[in-house]
Amino acid sequence: MLAIETVDLTKDYRVGFWRKRPRRVLDRLSLEVEVGEVFGLLGPNGAGKTTTLKILLGLVFPTAGTARLLERDARDISAHRNVGYLPENPSFYDHLTAQEFMTYAASLFGLSDKARPRQVGRLLEQVGLAESKNLPLRKFSKGMIQRLGIAQALINDPAVIFLDEPMSGLDPVGRREIRNLILRLKENGKTIFFSTHILSDAETLCDRVAILDHGRLRGCGELREILEVGVFSTEIVLEKPSRDAVVALGPFTSSIVRTGDRVRLELRAESDLNNEVLAQVVRWNAKLISLNPVRMSLEDYFMERVGEDDTSLSRKSAKVRTESPKSE
Amino acid sequence: MIQRIRTIAFHTFKESVREKVLYNLIVFALLLIGSAVLFASISLGIGRLMLVNLGLSSIAIFGLLMAIFIGIGLVSKEIDRRTIHNILSKPVRRFEFIIGKYLGLMLTLLVNTSIMTGGFYMALYYVERRLGGEDLLPLEAIYFILLQFAIVVGLALLFSCISTPILSAFFTFCLYVIGNFLGDIRWLGQESGSRIFEKVTVLLYYVLPNFSDFQVISQSAHGISVPPFLLTSGTLYALLYVTILISAAILVFEKREF
Repeated sequence: MLAIETVDLTKDYRVGFWRKRPRRVLDRLSLEVEVGEVFGLLGPNGAGKTTTLKILLGLVFPTAGTARLLERDARDISAHRNVGYLPENPSFYDHLTAQEFMTYAASLFGLSDKARPRQVGRLLEQVGLAESKNLPLRKFSKGMIQRLGIAQALINDPAVIFLDEPMSGLDPVGRREIRNLILRLKENGKTIFFSTHILSDAETLCDRVAILDHGRLRGCGELREILEVGVFSTEIVLEKPSRDAVVALGPFTSSIVRTGDRVRLELRAESDLNNEVLAQVVRWNAKLISLNPVRMSLEDYFMERVGEDDTSLSRKSAKVRTESPKSE
Repeated sequence: MIQRIRTIAFHTFKESVREKVLYNLIVFALLLIGSAVLFASISLGIGRLMLVNLGLSSIAIFGLLMAIFIGIGLVSKEIDRRTIHNILSKPVRRFEFIIGKYLGLMLTLLVNTSIMTGGFYMALYYVERRLGGEDLLPLEAIYFILLQFAIVVGLALLFSCISTPILSAFFTFCLYVIGNFLGDIRWLGQESGSRIFEKVTVLLYYVLPNFSDFQVISQSAHGISVPPFLLTSGTLYALLYVTILISAAILVFEKREF
């Protein structure tokens, strides 16, 4: 069963003051997210991540294409009963306390008078806000607001949870807590769809990721596939190697970086870790600290996909620049 | 549906009663009603008339200020602070949100008007040393004041959906002022001799909210009861106008993107 599905989802905003022209922020986006998956939507600022989330939540209407939640049209309000949402940089009502706000959210989902205080108390405890539950929200720090946002997103025990930049504003402890919370939710069979530009979060949490740039899908796949596309090269770290050892290993390496007593050598992709390299290490009596195969990271993948487009864009603009004098 | 509207209305009420501006306005209104006692004591023979006129006018003016100042922020504040994302991502229909907001502010105004009415009757009791049957007449005027608030909140809510708070306040206030002189404007059209001008004033008379028929403060002060026909027609007119305003606000809000 699909938790989330978009088919050729397109969104144009009309910009300009007098003569409004359409500006495409999402271009024929097609995605499928299975129930129980942790799916990451990655992309630089302005890539269309938040617009995608807003269309799925009925806050913005698509220009073309369809968006479905749990096999229902995203605009069908009944689909929202099973959905939780944490907006980017959430903002809540200053005059309410955390407990009052959570009770308000619970009431909107129609939780019974009996279930409401139990669920509110449990979630505030879970995100570490139990002691601050009677404090007005205007006195909350950014991190506390973010935790409250996550708590309210779970108030209806949703099947699908949308998190827009969930780690933003959190300190390292808070980030770890939220990471663990997301993993716990996954264990409980929840579908989590989150947008982020913090790649390490996606790397730690996601089963699959999609990369968006300028509103277009640049890549989508399982993290295992993306991150295990093969060994790029091998990295060797030596301690206090002699100058001769470094010189002898030079022809096999693509880069040599010295940090204090240690030297990090990256072997050329084509030179593989062969006996000759190891023989040189032994011959010059260099102390081997580590030896690691270098795989593609999500960051590399991201930069490769987004970088491709940037290059083609700059090529295009260069072409336009060179062609324009002719047309004039 | 009813439960969600009730939740939003109660939340709006809670939000409104925690606004500092509300307390300032109530205090000012009560001070003005209190000062009416002083005017009444120095007005020979027309003390009661003075007190009822000043007291009811205070309730109308300060209630109107509350309706405008809180009403214009009902939707725009939710959009500016992005709290609307949180509400509309939940199983809340947009029309439920608008109706809930409207009812929440009306509840606030009802409670505040009751407090000011309490203050007014305390002042009346202080001056007259007794309260009789004729003292129930100001309640008719207060009912008409509440009908005016119902229309003003509807206007403020509609403008709040399409404009900024400052412009919303300006438009609502302008329509309130024009609405109070619609009878005169229509008369001016009839007397002008120009058919086009007459038609324009007739159109304005029927399209714009007509507040002139709701002004019964002076009648109440003179001890004249409002005819039952006016009571019924005023109520029906306010209900119809509010329904149109809320429907327009819902239509605009349904198409908005956040």
